[in-house]
Amino acid sequence: MLPSNSKVLAQKVKKCLLTLAHHHNASHVGGALSIADVLSVLYSRILKYDTSHPKWEERDRLLYSKGHACTALYAVLKEVGFYTDAALQTFTQNGSLFTSHVNHKVAGVELSTGSLGHALSVACGMALAGKRKKTDWHVYTIVSDGELNEGSNWEAILFAPHHELNNMTLIVDFNKIQSFGTIKEVLDLDPLKDKFNSFGWDTIEIDGHNHSEIYEALRKDTIHGSKPRVVIAHTVKGKGVDFMENQLAWHYKSPNKEQLESAIGQINQQK
Amino acid sequence: MRTAFIKQLVEAAKTNNKIFLLVGDLGYSVVELFAQQFPDRFLNVGIAEQNMTGIAVGLAMEGYNVFTYSIGNFPTLRCMEQIRYDMCYHNANVKVVAVGGGYAYGALGTSHHTTEELGMLRTIPNLNVLAPADPLEAQIITKMLCNNNEPSYLRLGKAGEPMVHSKDKTFSWGNIIEVFQGKGTAVLSTGSMLKYASDYIQKEKKEYGLYSVPFIKPLNLVDLATIASKYTSIITIEEHQRSGGFGSAILEGLHDLLEQEKIATLPKIKRLAIPDRFIGVAGTQDYLRKIAGLQL
Repeated sequence: MLPSNSKVLAQKVKKCLLTLAHHHNASHVGGALSIADVLSVLYSRILKYDTSHPKWEERDRLLYSKGHACTALYAVLKEVGFYTDAALQTFTQNGSLFTSHVNHKVAGVELSTGSLGHALSVACGMALAGKRKKTDWHVYTIVSDGELNEGSNWEAILFAPHHELNNMTLIVDFNKIQSFGTIKEVLDLDPLKDKFNSFGWDTIEIDGHNHSEIYEALRKDTIHGSKPRVVIAHTVKGKGVDFMENQLAWHYKSPNKEQLESAIGQINQQK
Repeated sequence: MRTAFIKQLVEAAKTNNKIFLLVGDLGYSVVELFAQQFPDRFLNVGIAEQNMTGIAVGLAMEGYNVFTYSIGNFPTLRCMEQIRYDMCYHNANVKVVAVGGGYAYGALGTSHHTTEELGMLRTIPNLNVLAPADPLEAQIITKMLCNNNEPSYLRLGKAGEPMVHSKDKTFSWGNIIEVFQGKGTAVLSTGSMLKYASDYIQKEKKEYGLYSVPFIKPLNLVDLATIASKYTSIITIEEHQRSGGFGSAILEGLHDLLEQEKIATLPKIKRLAIPDRFIGVAGTQDYLRKIAGLQL
């Protein structure tokens, strides 16, 4: 775990992912920006990992189910030292392992994702193994809000509390916009907190851009009791870039040169 | 076959603490033997096969050799994408086990007729596709699966199938198993059609050779070339749709051998399989096989 400041890391991650999206014509920038703060707190203050031994047995596991927003995960893994910027710049090029949905062949990535609704079940399996083997590591899973349309997630949401998997934390990136409209319009999730509570989860709601709140919600030492934990992170799609915020179009578009410069300028102003 | 499977799994689990069994709320009077002896390596995940497969992958990533167990289409077609993407792309050490292959649960209706999964599963990279013919094959193949780390699918029948092979029959991974030699025509059978084929050939005093092919993928092209060189015609028989299944695998294999000049000519090939239809009536396994046209 790096001792670095999560805000500094978040700024680097956001600039890196924006630049990646621009240079490689990648989409899903809005969903990458919405989760960048959570990822930065995780990789600076929460997760145990060793960049020189990505499969270190004692590491915490992070499963990133919203694989379409890959630029945020690739950026944070680069910034903390799993690989070089030169390696990352092969992103989406012929022969590159950096596919535009998350690929487990990249150092630091636990699970390939891109088809939604898969990672949480795998996380349950890992957490179950952790329980049976009495290990100390923790399993974190990040899902998007739209992804909770998938029934397979709800099989896992039913499973985890039944088996008292309190060694896992689910983070919902609740940015309120999915692929083709708002969550409210397409398939409403509310009241999401009540749903998780009724399924038997320890449910916390936070501002997913407030680093103190993120840190307090994700700490391992605050877990008490037998319930798995879900953190509903209220976020803003395209957070930090005024012309991207809450805009469905930024699920698809990549920034041109002027937009990139404007976006980087805005991120640089944020503290 | 399912009894041979569970007995062998229990036997292996006594000395191999990596073996883990997940069931999708099925296996009454079958899996208890395992559950009682190894409660720390058993779990009934509930009626949720997509979740079961994902959980199996998670367990496998943490070092277990995980067997998922359910009926026919449920641990296979129901969760094809979990098998393809989570299990096979990650090369996870998971063995999907389906009981009720073909029309084994005939009277239960189309939901329980497992007649398309071989074709669907054998297209997936990294996955072994296996269909033993009798309890002996099921036992030996289960033992093999307990000792390998590759994603695999195991199609079983039900309980009480008769033995076709003698008790001392042995074979290695991938072998096409000779039941008896013949002249002119070789019958290649996969899964539990072998008993029917064996009885028919002997009763009708045909001169056919008979071979069991439990390893549909990987298909042993060396053994296949030997058979193709020895016989002028081949009949394949399977309890599966005609498209994409075992007969298709044999056709493709023979054509590859011809193209690679490993055989000089192509034998005449007849495929006995279900002719692209559902059978929506009740019946015994034998009855359904007959109306599906699975007759030599």
